[in-house]
Amino acid sequence: MSSDAGPGSETGRAGGAEASDIDRETKAERIRELLATEGDAVAANTRGFNEGRYESTGRLDGYEALKAEARSIKEDAIERLPELIDEVRETVEANGGTVYLADDAADANRYVREVAAERDAERAVKSKSMTSEEIEVNDALAADGVEVVETDLGEWVLQLADEEPSHIVAPAIHKSREGIAALFAERFDPDDPPETAEELTMFARERLGDLIEDADLGMTGANFIAADSGTMLLVTSEGNARKTVTATDTHVAVAGVEKLVPTVEEFSPFVELIGRSGTGQDVTSYISTLTPPVDSPVPDFEDDETPLAADPDGAASDREFHLVLIDNGRLAMRDDETLKETLYCIRCSACSNACGNFQSVGGHAFGGETYSGGIATGWEAGIEGLDTAAEFNDLCTGCSRCVPACPVGIDIPWINTAVRDRINRGEADPSQLDWAFEELVPDEEPGGLDLATRLVGNYATLAKLGHETAPVANRLANAGPLRALAERVVGIDRRRDLPEFARESLVDWFEARGGPAVSETEATREAVVYPDTATNYVDVERGKATVRALEALGVRVRVPDLPGSGRPPLSQGMVATAEAAAEDVYAGLAPHLDAGRDVVVIEPSDLATFRREYERFLPSESYERLADASYDVMEYVFGLLESGADPAALRAPSEGTGPVASGKRIAYHPHCQARTVEVGEYATAVFERLGYDVRVSETECCGMAGSFGYKTDYYELSMDVGEPLREQFGDTDRTVVAPGTSCTEQLDALLDSSPRHPIEVIAPRE
Amino acid sequence: MPAGERTIMALADASTFTGRLDELGVAVSAGPPAECAAMIDAAAGEPAVGVPLARSGPDAFADSPATLPDRVGTDPATADLREAHTGVTAASLGVAEYGSVALEADAAGTEPVTLFVDRHVVVLRERDIVPDMPDAFDWLGPRARDESVDVVFATGPSATADMGGLVHGAHGPKEVHVVLLRDGDAADDASGPGDEPEVDR
Repeated sequence: MSSDAGPGSETGRAGGAEASDIDRETKAERIRELLATEGDAVAANTRGFNEGRYESTGRLDGYEALKAEARSIKEDAIERLPELIDEVRETVEANGGTVYLADDAADANRYVREVAAERDAERAVKSKSMTSEEIEVNDALAADGVEVVETDLGEWVLQLADEEPSHIVAPAIHKSREGIAALFAERFDPDDPPETAEELTMFARERLGDLIEDADLGMTGANFIAADSGTMLLVTSEGNARKTVTATDTHVAVAGVEKLVPTVEEFSPFVELIGRSGTGQDVTSYISTLTPPVDSPVPDFEDDETPLAADPDGAASDREFHLVLIDNGRLAMRDDETLKETLYCIRCSACSNACGNFQSVGGHAFGGETYSGGIATGWEAGIEGLDTAAEFNDLCTGCSRCVPACPVGIDIPWINTAVRDRINRGEADPSQLDWAFEELVPDEEPGGLDLATRLVGNYATLAKLGHETAPVANRLANAGPLRALAERVVGIDRRRDLPEFARESLVDWFEARGGPAVSETEATREAVVYPDTATNYVDVERGKATVRALEALGVRVRVPDLPGSGRPPLSQGMVATAEAAAEDVYAGLAPHLDAGRDVVVIEPSDLATFRREYERFLPSESYERLADASYDVMEYVFGLLESGADPAALRAPSEGTGPVASGKRIAYHPHCQARTVEVGEYATAVFERLGYDVRVSETECCGMAGSFGYKTDYYELSMDVGEPLREQFGDTDRTVVAPGTSCTEQLDALLDSSPRHPIEVIAPRE
Repeated sequence: MPAGERTIMALADASTFTGRLDELGVAVSAGPPAECAAMIDAAAGEPAVGVPLARSGPDAFADSPATLPDRVGTDPATADLREAHTGVTAASLGVAEYGSVALEADAAGTEPVTLFVDRHVVVLRERDIVPDMPDAFDWLGPRARDESVDVVFATGPSATADMGGLVHGAHGPKEVHVVLLRDGDAADDASGPGDEPEVDR
């Protein structure tokens, strides 16, 4: 598959706006097309799954403990993988089966073809397996004249339609019922064409039932395999995997080596988590735990008068079992610190369903050769290579809503960031391990890195420049010809409003007014308000509101000049630049931490960077110190009120007039990353404490996600991701609040209202 | 565990179990083993095939008064399976928190009889209900290692949402009916202590 991100094309990209212009158009067109054709079906299904996940995991006692247990089983299993491969070979062979460890897809297919040839197989029936899609075994068998029939209803529909899965668990979610009915009518021309879901299902059940009866070979995947017994676990709902195994005398299971766990007992947490995390089912209809060859008699559908159980002692001996374990890049991923975590993935699809972009376009845009959704970047980079990952990797905006959804706690946004960094650097060889922690100065991002990436990545510098030249910069920035140029060269969509830079920064304002206003003796606490780039240079009012609110609650506040957090470069995969920013921020804050001051953060994405990514950039002691001392501003206010501060010092709903005070009723969209670091609920709590009535948005991410929605390729997608927010808050008479700067831009575009930061609503007036 | 405490725990599990089955749309009949055949007769459609309970479930069924009604044909051929509306088998274990039943594949054909039919009537002893999933896998582990068992934990009917709406009976049974055999009456206890399932409750 071709890609523009390969090392060879770097010079071409950096050199000409023409080339990237064309790429952008193609990508944008593809996304537009998918939004129009498949978007509605994908959105309805994935959002349903996602709501189901919240409900089902909410019912589960000890959910977080189970996730931790599942994570630790996977860590242990991947650590001991070579040993487990040896063990499972012994146990499967002792059971009478065969194990083949295939180096790659071709090796696996060669083995499966040999098995089929030995058994003179004319037809293979197959239950759903992503690994078998990865190796494209259907094509390999078809080349030998073996007919392969997919028996999962969704996979069968795709096989008939000659389409690719759009979702790793529910492969045909992009197909509507009407589309399937039309497909069946066209392919089979039945007398009484099935139309309802029930009729379509029964039609498929009968057709596939006949095909299964005459099949010679049964192929399955495996969700987990226990090395101690050779037991494989299959998670299904339809019963097709059961029929596939039972009705055929030769069972071939194809599974990645990472599916091994040490013992049968360790299946348990995964069984409890996988359905809940994926489609929101507490457990799927069938959890098959097979220790093949299975003990069932092989039904003879031709001689149908002989009792099934004619030979009670010899039933199992008629059966053959082949376990084909696939490496195909996995053992190399195990040695790659960034990609290794991917091997913990249990393919539940939670990261797809929780993802705003995925909900809008599905796996046909947000996916590679086989895998889709956030974790696909890890799989595709490890199995296919960086070029494939590069085709869709920037659809991960880093909103991080997949992080709490992942049942094995994979930091999926980080894998996307780190792979993006490799793509930026044109690294084709993922075995170079130290790349992330090299002592690289920020200015040494690779020369071929495209201009859009660098501009966004250096937003802190740009914002400072913009503020210093504010009157001119603001006028120029929104001038037509310049916007056209920005769109063509840098890819910033001209339908977006650009941030207007303030003439006086928050830091300058604070210094000009004379520094801290609460004396050391009066102060209940001392805090540093972190002047994030957006607050300091663009939205200074929310910074001033923060200072007023904290001072009203008796906090001695300082606003020192501090560098940007590194969030913008991080979003562009500029890891070395972000790491340097982390070190600078920590250096600037260290004297304040030494003095026992709290760090109050207004922009949620910056707080999330302190609490999540800085763990990778700073020495652990420094990281923990900063993470422990830093607070979201609404979290901080909540804490002050809980510790006895007087809520009367803040603005209650009844006071004053004007658009803000007119409403006791608030519509609140918590920032995606704030929810991931679990500070999203404090604003609600504070509002309610002060007597406001709050309605909280149910949307995972507004769709702007930092710089994502500014990009021309993604403007329509970004607006589509925000659509549920428009539906929920579109005609509300409530005062809309949102703490994230980019959320504010998006809500402005979606609702045509200018939301404020929650602190601006509750801070006392100037 | 003292006998009294154990009974209370078992009752709690049975109540959780039947509550979950209700949510899953699975019908339940409960009664003493002596009424097993009558309960199956009422639950099974026509024609019905089955596997004798002692051959598809715990060994203890061999000494239990629980049996299949005469109209359920045993030792079916594939033609009988094709014709059958209902399949009747025993389950080895129930999982209270999930409403799951453990179906063991065997030479007698339990797996096809539970699978190639429209309705599955499954007979489970109340004493074989364990509280939760970890208990089920503690039960399975030694049996998988020592006996290479093949067990399906089945929860409700076969289902799919691939055709634009939730439909039961995608490939497997459209309906499930659980016949729950209550412990505690003299006839069942007479089968002796040796038949306790190896489950740590």
